[in-house]
Amino acid sequence: MFDLTGKTALITGASGGIGGEIAKALHAAGATVGLSGTRTEPLEALAAELGERAHVLPCNLSDAEAVNALPKQAIEAMGGIDILVNNAGITRDNIFMRMSEDEWASVLEVNLTSTFRLCKGVLRGMMKARWGRIINISSIVGATGNPGQGNYAAAKAGMVGMSKSLAYEVATRGITVNAIAPGFIQTAMTDKLNDDQKGAILGQIPSGRMGTPEEIAAAVLYLASAEAGYVTGTTLHVNGGMAML
Amino acid sequence: MSDIADRVKKIVVEHLSVEEEKVADNASFIDDLGADSLDTVELVMAFEEEFGIEIPDDAAETIQTFGDAVKFITEAS
Repeated sequence: MFDLTGKTALITGASGGIGGEIAKALHAAGATVGLSGTRTEPLEALAAELGERAHVLPCNLSDAEAVNALPKQAIEAMGGIDILVNNAGITRDNIFMRMSEDEWASVLEVNLTSTFRLCKGVLRGMMKARWGRIINISSIVGATGNPGQGNYAAAKAGMVGMSKSLAYEVATRGITVNAIAPGFIQTAMTDKLNDDQKGAILGQIPSGRMGTPEEIAAAVLYLASAEAGYVTGTTLHVNGGMAML
Repeated sequence: MSDIADRVKKIVVEHLSVEEEKVADNASFIDDLGADSLDTVELVMAFEEEFGIEIPDDAAETIQTFGDAVKFITEAS
């Protein structure tokens, strides 16, 4: 089950905790992976760890030109893109009344607009191949909201609406578009929380623990597989029951 | 009929599964030949490949009929 031999996958944010695990899971299933991110060093380290079938494709997602060039670079390196995982994201938290135009715009640009650009850039090849998988990593806060994250929640909710619209358009071509909404996952981002904050969060999670990057990667692997061909336009919530949507 | 028109017609017939006779000069891909908007995108992609040309999005939007396509490609190639 879930054999990706011969498939090629482009993963953004592969230098981060969740993105790295996604790359490992797809690679372990047989896919050739394109590792994208802003920091080259961790990407190189991950590629070295994976060995064959791994390509490093650095890209700054706030640079429109670089984003538009990324699919072409990935196709040159891997011969195509069968699977796109839009995982990269940034946060610039602030309460709404203090949030600057720049904090708003930069989060929308990197989290939502770059996702739009990358989806657009991979569609041509997927349409011709009559096969494609687009997996957009949203967030629980896109569905529930979160104080201090008006910009991030807007971008993550935007990804869901965008995924559904695109899913409609390309469904007849064998291309599925889905979102995954992680809850609280152990990463460098959540390590910054203090014990009180962590305790308060854990109290809201029925399973009583944070999720692991591997658990997000497993959801990506499923949606990327041939077996998930009839699943499109959905949001898979992976949150330990924190929000049952 | 020109060589370009023949090749364009072949693509249209194959892609939209329509009878060759229906592909007249003024036949609209969407209104007469049953294409949806995604089909028209794919037709343009197929034209680009067949003729080795690039058809920008704003030009692609003006290609509504078989005649439009032949005219554009003749001028571009």
